[in-house]
Amino acid sequence: MTEEQIITTVNQALAEEFELELEAMQPAASIYADLGLDSLDTVDMVIVLEAAFKFKIRDEEAIKKIRTLQDIYDFVQRKMAELS
Amino acid sequence: MVLDRDLISDQSRRKNMTLKRVVITGYGAVSPYGRGVESLMDGLLRGLSTVRYQPGLESLQGLRTRVGATVPSLDEKEIPRHFRRSMSKLSIYAALAATDALQQAGVDAALCASGRVGVAAGSTLASTTVTENFFADYLCDHSIERMKSTLFFQLMNHTCASNLAQVFGIRGRLLAPSAACATSSQALGYGCEMIAAGHQDLMLCGGADEFHPLSCATFDILNAASTAYNDRPDQTPRPFCADRDGMVCAEGAGILVLECLDSARRRGVPILAEILGFASCCDPGSIANPDAAVMESCMRQALQQAQLEPAAVGYVNAHATGTEQGDVAEAQAIGRVFGSSTPVSSLKGHMGHTLAACGALETIATVEMMRQAKLVPTLNLSRPDERCPALDYLVSPRQQGCEVAMKNNFALGGVNTSLVLRRTEDD
Repeated sequence: MTEEQIITTVNQALAEEFELELEAMQPAASIYADLGLDSLDTVDMVIVLEAAFKFKIRDEEAIKKIRTLQDIYDFVQRKMAELS
Repeated sequence: MVLDRDLISDQSRRKNMTLKRVVITGYGAVSPYGRGVESLMDGLLRGLSTVRYQPGLESLQGLRTRVGATVPSLDEKEIPRHFRRSMSKLSIYAALAATDALQQAGVDAALCASGRVGVAAGSTLASTTVTENFFADYLCDHSIERMKSTLFFQLMNHTCASNLAQVFGIRGRLLAPSAACATSSQALGYGCEMIAAGHQDLMLCGGADEFHPLSCATFDILNAASTAYNDRPDQTPRPFCADRDGMVCAEGAGILVLECLDSARRRGVPILAEILGFASCCDPGSIANPDAAVMESCMRQALQQAQLEPAAVGYVNAHATGTEQGDVAEAQAIGRVFGSSTPVSSLKGHMGHTLAACGALETIATVEMMRQAKLVPTLNLSRPDERCPALDYLVSPRQQGCEVAMKNNFALGGVNTSLVLRRTEDD
């Protein structure tokens, strides 16, 4: 999966789940301050990402450090590389 | 050790405790007619049936009924996602109805946050649709890894009341009565008592339910659902009618703002009606079959609380759902209490049975009937069942004033409720 495909997949999955405008989904956007997610949403974000990329990430420590969309792209990219 | 003088002092304290008068200062409806009390009353007064053929019922093996009354599509996104994520449809209906009720009552965010406002609202179950979807997925592999964080909040028994408190920032008490078809009339009654006792100044009260084929199935297996009019949905249900063959499931929400009279006067808001009496009693004779004597007792208790004789009541809004036994028992009970000259109608012919919402929706409609001096007849009542005693069954709209009305609801599970409502002059 290319970086662009990862970004598109993440954005589509999160936009659908959290009713986000695609224009607001800039890489530097904070998932909390800019996109309005909270702790309940981050639980569901993991489920949504697991479904979109067919991996298991719930127990990954790195998940807790995610602050921006770019953090998610980087995390997914690393995880996909690990699995391939 | 309890001393005699302590008991005496306790008794005199109780006698001195005066109950506050409770009025209605706002209401909102989401019914099979759509959103708003105006559309509800317009549909009722025009005699429009909302019952439709429901293709979704075809897929249930053994289900015979094919009719239901559902809410037309609404703009759910009016409720921010942050709140909506923990809601199933029933809470969405309730929140939209509550938005209108609070607006009418002039209750703003600051008042909601004051601690003076509480909420009493419930549903029959939580969302059967959400339950079904969860278990359909869960039973594939018994995995909880796809379980969303908000699932519980959509399925907890107090989902309706809690979600209302969250949306409107209500910081007072929460009650979540659940008594099937008597849910919202219990919410009104218990909310009323909470204000009367001085625990809260205002209560957001009501109930909501969402349509699901298994609700229809519940009644169908009891032989209490309408099955003979699947090809003529607008002709069923037929409360009190000799040609009735059962009830029809529906959905919606009714929410009312109850307030102590002093608070309403202080705030200078229009008073729509006063709640004079409320009674609720169990019917331990049967969990499913109604008993006219217990219904009669419930109505008499409500009148006693209102300190009124039956003759003071100008209209009875019956629960009458169109079932074989329920309608006869209620008609007998009404006849014993009120005789044959008090106008009686049921709104189930128009809207079907909105279950946990029906007590509130029908209370709203009853208050509107009193205010507009127009009594809504029972739709589809072409010839009263001979087993029902002679009553003044409304079969066509009647221009008639009414100062005091009674609202009945009787639920599966053996739960009866009666409310006594008084029209108020304030406008």
